Amino acid sequence: MSDKLTFHFEVDGENFSSAGEASVIMKKKLRQLGFSPDIIRRVSIAMYEGEINMVIHADGGAADVTVTDDEIIIVLADHGPGIPDVSLAMQEGYSTARDNIRALGFGAGMGLPNMKKYTDSMEIETELGVGTTITMKVSLN
Amino acid sequence: MTVGCSPSVAQSAVQKGRFALKTDAVVKSLGLKALVGDVPDEFSGVYAGDLLSRAMSHVTEGDLWITIMNNVNVIAVASLTEAAAVILAEGVVLPEDVKNAAAEKNITVLSSDDTVYDICRGIAVSLS
Repeated sequence: MSDKLTFHFEVDGENFSSAGEASVIMKKKLRQLGFSPDIIRRVSIAMYEGEINMVIHADGGAADVTVTDDEIIIVLADHGPGIPDVSLAMQEGYSTARDNIRALGFGAGMGLPNMKKYTDSMEIETELGVGTTITMKVSLN
Repeated sequence: MTVGCSPSVAQSAVQKGRFALKTDAVVKSLGLKALVGDVPDEFSGVYAGDLLSRAMSHVTEGDLWITIMNNVNVIAVASLTEAAAVILAEGVVLPEDVKNAAAEKNITVLSSDDTVYDICRGIAVSLS
């Protein structure tokens, strides 16, 4: 694979019945491209968690995945409320999800920690009232 | 292979090797009913839990995932993790839209009237 491949997904906010669809589609694409189960799993988990976060907290957003020879880059961008305290949000178990969201099995406070855990790098750009962009990279080397 | 409920199951799974655990004995001993899809011939491990992020990171390919959650997001997580089947505990009813989602994604959903603990214990016993 010499050229980079790009994939774009719109993530529908507050639609829990379709939440995770982009991750499922991306997983199939990566499998078709012949990536190892470990790489596919890591990208799938990180992207799913990000997708769910956008649905829960930001009324949706966009997910862009770029596949190069060296890495898979996942960019999740939303126009939600932003994250007031990133270091607090990164703590396992911390969640601001509402009770109705927790009743669905979300809100374990593992979203951002899982995204960091399953990728090689993660950068969070967030501004209150403007939105959040998270860039994750999974190395293929 | 992951086991979220019983070390003895984990040891058994390791001894028997990945994808070598037969499902039929477990299904018969626990009286599991298939709500969606066919009962898989084999499974590689077990995870029990209801928090989706936890399940997402602990359920691995070929696992039986025991939960009481019955919403459509369970099907998404089962699909992403490639679980062999979801076991819905405590007789929890599977809504029609979730059945349809499971069928669409080829996710097998089994049902039991037992508690999560009793299902885990039953699996451990049937493998021992």
